[in-house]
Amino acid sequence: MTDADLMDTVMTTFFSVAPDLEGEPVEPEETFRKQFEIDSMDFLNFIIGLSKTTGLEIPEKDYPSLQTPNGAVAYLRARWDKAV
Amino acid sequence: MIQFRMPSLGADMDAGTLVEWYRKPGDQVSHGDIIALVETQKGAIEIEVFNDGTLDRIEVEPGHKVPVGTVLATIREPGEAASTALEPAAAAAPAPEVAPPTAPRPRPTAAPPPPAERVEGRAKVTPVARRRAAEAGIDLAAVAAGPDGVVGLAEVEAARRAAPETGAPAAAPRRIGIDLGEMRKAIAAAMSRSHRDIPHYWVSQTIDVTPLFDWLEAENARRPVASRLLYAAPLAKAMALALKETPQLNGHFVDDAFVPAGAVHLGVATALRGGGLVAPALHEVDTLSLDAVMAGLGDMIPRARSGRLRSSELTDATATLSNLGEGTSDAIMPLIYPPQVAIIGCGAAALRPWVADGVLAVRRVITVTVAGDHRVSDGRSASRFLTRLDALLQAPEAL
Repeated sequence: MTDADLMDTVMTTFFSVAPDLEGEPVEPEETFRKQFEIDSMDFLNFIIGLSKTTGLEIPEKDYPSLQTPNGAVAYLRARWDKAV
Repeated sequence: MIQFRMPSLGADMDAGTLVEWYRKPGDQVSHGDIIALVETQKGAIEIEVFNDGTLDRIEVEPGHKVPVGTVLATIREPGEAASTALEPAAAAAPAPEVAPPTAPRPRPTAAPPPPAERVEGRAKVTPVARRRAAEAGIDLAAVAAGPDGVVGLAEVEAARRAAPETGAPAAAPRRIGIDLGEMRKAIAAAMSRSHRDIPHYWVSQTIDVTPLFDWLEAENARRPVASRLLYAAPLAKAMALALKETPQLNGHFVDDAFVPAGAVHLGVATALRGGGLVAPALHEVDTLSLDAVMAGLGDMIPRARSGRLRSSELTDATATLSNLGEGTSDAIMPLIYPPQVAIIGCGAAALRPWVADGVLAVRRVITVTVAGDHRVSDGRSASRFLTRLDALLQAPEAL
């Protein structure tokens, strides 16, 4: 998986939990909360979605690493590298 | 014969547009079934029926806007004979292809062609394309899908360019979903009425929620991601329990009298992206487990955002919770949503210096503010509610 694939996974998952935002431009370094006005429920659904698509169990203490699109990609990359 | 009328879905609603019938004449309906979709200022609302029987006649066809109280359809009670004079549209009912009653949206097989307003076509339409089409007054049913079978922004733009420029549009643009401008008007109307008619008082208390957050952290650490709890769930449950014990804050003020509610249906103020607010009710929160409260919120909030609430969710709230949420401000002084008699506002849960057992410590605290209605209660009731809420939140494992 390239970082571009991971970013695609992250954003597809994100837009599936906030479909009204589909098609909005994405700032990779900005937090989801700030750029998309999401709340805790949206964020939790995003984590649940990521967990489902990737098969990774994501503990709550890791949530801070997943606040931005780039952060989420780096997190998935690190977990991925550890697994293989 | 029961007359099924356009419901009033809030203090501010005077009319609604029938978008779609999910049942046709001759179909069985039972209490709680969703039988129609109506568009209001709060989005497209799924209308539930409150009787058992058989759908007899449809009086209002899709595409028509009618005032609250208009008869939309008639429902035969069990054992009652069918009405003799069938409308042309209703005559299509005994068509050979009868959809199974469980089908979510049976489409009439011999119905008249859909009116131009109808935008729920078969092709997938992206939300942004839907919005653009609504703004431009374009009928999505007439827009050809792209090569991927999807109507996107490009297809809508092409249709817009191809559309002949007419002086006055034949019909006002129709939108399925939420019109934030209309919603703002509805909020303004309801809050003006609240401000004018309800003698408000406000009582606040800052509550130490460290035990709640510690308990949640431990609880969530051993739960798989899909069953983790947000603090809104125990907060809502504790509020419902405290409301149950403070009946003067839970109910409706109707016809110059207070009608206490037996159950606690907690309205949950939900902010919509881009502005707008709607407060659908989660039913009987005091009787639900934390998991059920969480599941209920998880189901309802996205539907509130996408404009797919049910009529009972818009009419049943007995008190409202307005939770500002994480990373926001310290406190909120909300206005009551009539005909309710109380609303509870919560600021962000923030770390603050706090005296616990005579020692200065850093604790996580929430400022909770009750707005009450002086026609029904006094500050003392609110204070009693807050004291009880505080006590409940100190023992989250018991919620």
